Amino acid sequence: MRALTHYIIGFALSLVLTLVPAAFVWLHTTGEHSPSMHVQLPWVLVIFALTQLLVQLYFFLHVGDEEKPRWNVMALCFAVFIAAVLVGGTLWIMQNLGHEQQAQLPFIENTISAEASND
Amino acid sequence: MSNHNTTDKVSFGFWAYLMSDAVLFAGLFATYAVLQGQVFGGYGIGDIVDIPFVAVESVLLLASSFTIGLALLAARHGKRALALSALLITLALGLGFLGMEVHEFAALIGEGQGPDKSAFLSAFFTLLGTHGLHVALGSLWMVVLMAHIAFKGLTEGVLRKLTCLALFWHFLDVIWIFIFTIVYMLGAL
Repeated sequence: MRALTHYIIGFALSLVLTLVPAAFVWLHTTGEHSPSMHVQLPWVLVIFALTQLLVQLYFFLHVGDEEKPRWNVMALCFAVFIAAVLVGGTLWIMQNLGHEQQAQLPFIENTISAEASND
Repeated sequence: MSNHNTTDKVSFGFWAYLMSDAVLFAGLFATYAVLQGQVFGGYGIGDIVDIPFVAVESVLLLASSFTIGLALLAARHGKRALALSALLITLALGLGFLGMEVHEFAALIGEGQGPDKSAFLSAFFTLLGTHGLHVALGSLWMVVLMAHIAFKGLTEGVLRKLTCLALFWHFLDVIWIFIFTIVYMLGAL
């Protein structure tokens, strides 16, 4: 019975945590909104998603339910670490690359036009 | 670990697989984030997002995650008919989700905005397609498992497989949360 209530609470929370941000975005894109909301809303959405993640992990995937030593939690932490390095590292490098390219663009254009005038 | 029985070992092994699958999705998300702006004159994410459509898709998947939890509970209490009907509902919800996704893909391709149109669309189709493929394979697994339950009954082996399938299905729900937020919600802004 306790397990059933667990699933029902998890389901109710996950529905709320999905439909509320969807409603926010829906109102934001269809109606009037202030510029400050444009800055705040992405963070609100991220917070909703992270809460949703915790709800799913706790109520559905039963993370933390196992006895010690908690191998599942350790594997999860390792996967989260690898994912963070992968995503964070990719974005970092690709953003830097984008800046470099933009910085080099005038130089390349100048070189090309200089070579063209030499011919 | 010496006192762990087979079920514990199997579910830990399956959990390790899920974690590696999560890393695979992290790679796809990173690719998507990098290529998001490279639309090459085709659709951007803003042209694709239909919020009510995505909300319905999400509710279908969340509801299916709930019903597979109920199926697992019923199976553990030896209620075969209840477990089978909960799995049937889960399957219907999963197929409903897949149908909506296929519809979205077909509409985009029909408008000439397929994965070959731009780097953004390649990343979009790859990320969502990989998730969809997981859901499709999970559905197939569910059909096989329903046959097992129907013909073999709720043996220990069947229960073990059902536990793994439920983990898999909940995991797909977690991946969907990230797709929902990163691709659709943040993309719609």
